[in-house]
Amino acid sequence: MSIRNLLGQTSEWLRGTGPNADIVMSSRIRLARNLDALAFSHWASKRQEREVLTRSEAAFAASKILKGSILIHMNDISDLDKQFLLERHLVSREQIVRPEFKAVAISDREMISIMVNEEDHLRSQVMQSGFALQEGWRIANQLDNELSVTLPFAFDPHWGYLTACPTNTGTGMRASVMLHLPALVMTKQVNRVIQAITKLGMVVRGLYGEGTDAEGNLFQVSNQITLGQSEPETIDHIERIIRQIIGHEENARKQLIKQNRELLYDKIWRALGVLKNAYIITSKETIHHLSMVRLGADLGVLPEFGRKDVNELFILTQPAHLQRMDGKLLSQSERDIKRALLIRQKLGGN
Amino acid sequence: MLCDECSKHKATVHLTEIINDQVTKLNLCESCAKKRGTQMEQHFGIADLLQGLADQDKPKASTAVQKVKCAACGMTFDEFKKIGRLRCARCYETFKTSLVPLLKRIHSANEHAGKTPPGQPEKPPAAPTAPPPPPRPATKSAPVNLDELKVRLKKAVDQERYEEAVALRDEIRRLESRKKPAA
Ligand SMILES: [Zn+2]
Ligand SMILES: [Zn+2]
Repeated sequence: MSIRNLLGQTSEWLRGTGPNADIVMSSRIRLARNLDALAFSHWASKRQEREVLTRSEAAFAASKILKGSILIHMNDISDLDKQFLLERHLVSREQIVRPEFKAVAISDREMISIMVNEEDHLRSQVMQSGFALQEGWRIANQLDNELSVTLPFAFDPHWGYLTACPTNTGTGMRASVMLHLPALVMTKQVNRVIQAITKLGMVVRGLYGEGTDAEGNLFQVSNQITLGQSEPETIDHIERIIRQIIGHEENARKQLIKQNRELLYDKIWRALGVLKNAYIITSKETIHHLSMVRLGADLGVLPEFGRKDVNELFILTQPAHLQRMDGKLLSQSERDIKRALLIRQKLGGN
Repeated sequence: MLCDECSKHKATVHLTEIINDQVTKLNLCESCAKKRGTQMEQHFGIADLLQGLADQDKPKASTAVQKVKCAACGMTFDEFKKIGRLRCARCYETFKTSLVPLLKRIHSANEHAGKTPPGQPEKPPAAPTAPPPPPRPATKSAPVNLDELKVRLKKAVDQERYEEAVALRDEIRRLESRKKPAA
């Protein structure tokens, strides 16, 4: 498998299956780890950075869980491919800026990815479709145990895993879910919900854009605290909160259908109308309408569309994906035309 | 002073941002600051906390504390305050007295409650100063044969017996380092 094959496959987290997949688009567990006795990434000498990379590569190669995975050196790929990996949530923004000695290992179906020499030496993530944090932790923990055999991680019995930033000290774990909350946004309740969960020690951010202007009604919720709680406790805490948000979103959807059916259907069918008929469309407008079509699919208003196809369009219509599909660099106006064409094809438009 | 973002309104929020070790000053109006809100929290949180901490410490903070340097990487606490990132694992020990209140502020806790790497003692040792006992090699009485140990290591990994694997790994290392004395 190589980076070229990724384009043709659906990432695990976009499958649209798993518990509560109508509202919880995906779940992610991320662990931050550092190799003992080597300076943290930003401060490491070139020799140390190379050592981190070489030892990590050897550990990945010996791993059973990572069998069949690919390793990509960030220095070896084009800017377009870096952007492509970013759009697929396989690397962070930080990972693509200074590419020397940075790498990413990507497992089969993109469920696991491990960034090397990011802010911490290793940042591994397990990303799955639906509400599946416990399953994600089970896999992440197993992988972490396996890597611990070959890689001695910086650890202190009192402070846990030692990380470059003290906000990650302890478990080094971020558990996060991506939520699709169109009904809470439409009924203007989302601000209240965000305020409440922020007070409960969670961090909320828009996936595309910040705060409540989150384009596509997609929100990422993750834990803030990593010290003084075990990993299962942290996951239990975030799960309880997410279950409540799911309940609020479900109620808001019911409320909309009961009290504002015409308004809701109008938004959904108009969104589909635009996507099926547009010849020029920006990324922002696409995300906005896709959110409504996804809601329509979930509510059974648009039964002909599968959740997976809509999920995929969120990613396939991003700039680097469009250009990769075309095999060449495109200007912004060329992309807007290409994007509209792709959407018409996928949704069976004109 | 006008807002750096919109250049329209008066800048009332002044921030110091740290991205990739570069310190950038930002002057924003209220609405632009709000827009960037959650995005900034991650970056600024630490710097603000550290600032508050430093002010609080001022009356009693001796210059000695400020001058302490990490023996492994050479970082001073002043530098840490500026960048909000540690340079190496040893920094945690070096700046312990300052880190304890900082971590307490961030996490409302000071004691790790999560997993321990396989092969390390589960519970923190009773006396915090005592070094953790080295993991017992799984091969105490067996004849010591490097190749055999390696086979057993592979088997342990394959069967996901990680505790044993770590002990075997350490034993192999010990034997290998004894075979070829200091390069
Ligand atoms: Zn402004
Ligand atoms: Zn240090």
